[in-house]
Amino acid sequence: MSWIALKMLMGDRAKYLGIVAGVTFAALLIAQQASIALGLLLRTTAHIQDIADPDIWVMDPNVQFIDEFKPLTESDLYRVQSVPGVAWAVRFYKGQGRLKLAVGGDKKNAKYQQSIVLGLDDATMVGAPREIILGSLADLRKPDAVIIDESGYRYVWPDEPLAVGRELEMNDHRAVIVGICKASETFNTFPIFYCRYHQAIRYVPQERKVMSAILVGAEEGVSHEEVCRRITEQTRLKPMKPGDPPRPGLKALTREQFVESTLMYFVQRTGIVFNFGITVFLGFLVGCAIAGQTFYTFTLENLPQFGSLKAMGVTNLRLVGMVLLQGLVVGLIGYGLGVGGAALFGKLMTAGGSRLAFLMPWQVLAGTGAAVAVIVTLSSLVSVYKVLILEPAAVFRG
Amino acid sequence: MASAALAERAVVCRGVTKDFGAGETRVQALRGVDLEVHPGQMTLLVGPSGCGKTTLISIIAGLLDVTEGEVSVLGQSLRQLRGRELVRFRGRYIGFVFQQYNLLPALTAAENAAVPLLIAGQKRSEAVAKASAILGAVGLADKINVLPSQLSGGQQQRVAIARALVHEPKLLVCDEPTAALDAHSGQVVMELLRRVAVQPGRAVIVVTHDSRVFGFGDRIVHMNDGVIDKVEDK
Repeated sequence: MSWIALKMLMGDRAKYLGIVAGVTFAALLIAQQASIALGLLLRTTAHIQDIADPDIWVMDPNVQFIDEFKPLTESDLYRVQSVPGVAWAVRFYKGQGRLKLAVGGDKKNAKYQQSIVLGLDDATMVGAPREIILGSLADLRKPDAVIIDESGYRYVWPDEPLAVGRELEMNDHRAVIVGICKASETFNTFPIFYCRYHQAIRYVPQERKVMSAILVGAEEGVSHEEVCRRITEQTRLKPMKPGDPPRPGLKALTREQFVESTLMYFVQRTGIVFNFGITVFLGFLVGCAIAGQTFYTFTLENLPQFGSLKAMGVTNLRLVGMVLLQGLVVGLIGYGLGVGGAALFGKLMTAGGSRLAFLMPWQVLAGTGAAVAVIVTLSSLVSVYKVLILEPAAVFRG
Repeated sequence: MASAALAERAVVCRGVTKDFGAGETRVQALRGVDLEVHPGQMTLLVGPSGCGKTTLISIIAGLLDVTEGEVSVLGQSLRQLRGRELVRFRGRYIGFVFQQYNLLPALTAAENAAVPLLIAGQKRSEAVAKASAILGAVGLADKINVLPSQLSGGQQQRVAIARALVHEPKLLVCDEPTAALDAHSGQVVMELLRRVAVQPGRAVIVVTHDSRVFGFGDRIVHMNDGVIDKVEDK
């Protein structure tokens, strides 16, 4: 009977393609929009992902995500370094700089570009980019040296070949590009400049405290979570006045926890998920409407045939199985075409040099699959109902 | 199955009534029908539209319940069969020919004719082979792999007859088998039913209002207003 169900389904090409198109459209829209939303969200954690050396990020207890660092003191660094389980701890700076771009050497008509400045520990260079595509990481030790990310370079100087040696002004200080590196796309698309920590803090307005975070490596054999707990515990300060509650210790998060914390900030405080969620929901609704309506019409047109089968000895259970099988087949085909189309879209767009944020992990595939399953089940149930209430005697009424 | 009774009477209806609706909207479609149908005969149920022919054939085929009365088919009381038992009984012992053929448009003639065997769980290749042989018997040997849309109305009805006979039912019920056909095709279909379907162990009931085919029946049961007016035996 399964064979008959499939023959019935595929025999009516127009309806079959209509149902598949409905499911495909829904799966495509859901997978594509979810992947773009995820891609955008993940860009908010680009620096944490790229700076792979440390196990733990230590920061002010009020920090919620990577773009709101509140400066620490030098003594915070020493206190962290003394915590048992900490193998090493180094300074890290992250801030924004104003890049002055001279137009054809005409400094009076120069253009300005906001940029991200990452200051790496002078001695160890912890947090340095992993893939240098032009120049050398060692050159970062030269005076005024900076390394820029490739995407930022192309953003600032489109249509110009990659080259080192270019001089810039960063907050009125000289900077020389000594290398170009690969880096993950960031949320705000600003160019990223890597330099030594003490050079980075020269670029920014002088403040009492400048250290954004402390990057920590844990000793082998000690869990990162345990080291985090110890850091928070042992950096706690005494109350300012007797009777006041103790002041909180520094916030220490593992890399994964910091990624999660940053993502949650953007999920809760921005409309990214809500806005993309609306599109995903619309895709779901449109998929339900197209697939449901077409599947329902298909079943209605086949009611005489279903009635005949009922009269000839097919049980309701087998008829339900036939309709569900038809739904399952169009669901699988539509799902495959939809997520395949979304993946192809992402692949082509990103390969074409666009700055499309696109990330399609298995969770997107699973979520889209679940949505398609709901669409197909709802569509099938509406049709199944018509078949179940069909009186077999109806076949004798013309 | 009471086979001794089966040899004499394929269908026995006693005091059958059938009501549709309730209260003021109640319609009495059958009002105390008594009928016997014998194997080896073609019984025609004739009468004007709305006289209850289709209701009676639906009850005999186990597609409708009676309101009152008793129906026994092939020695089996239909009242005693419930749910799946009744569905299996229909699938095993009864063949159907519908006015509008009701062939599955995506299946070839042989595949359509094989459907009852597939319902019974027979292998597809065996079922299609057997169905092809039956199609040969109804004169469609050259149309085995043709889709219903490529067949004339008469040819489609012959496929439907092959489908109704492929599992060798003991009772064949035909609802207006010539109504959708021209006179010539109607004659061909009735000749075919007479020649292929009517056999010693099988009863054939044909509902019709087409007086041109009355000559094919062994018995003609005249119905009017939910009751049997007259029974003519040839």
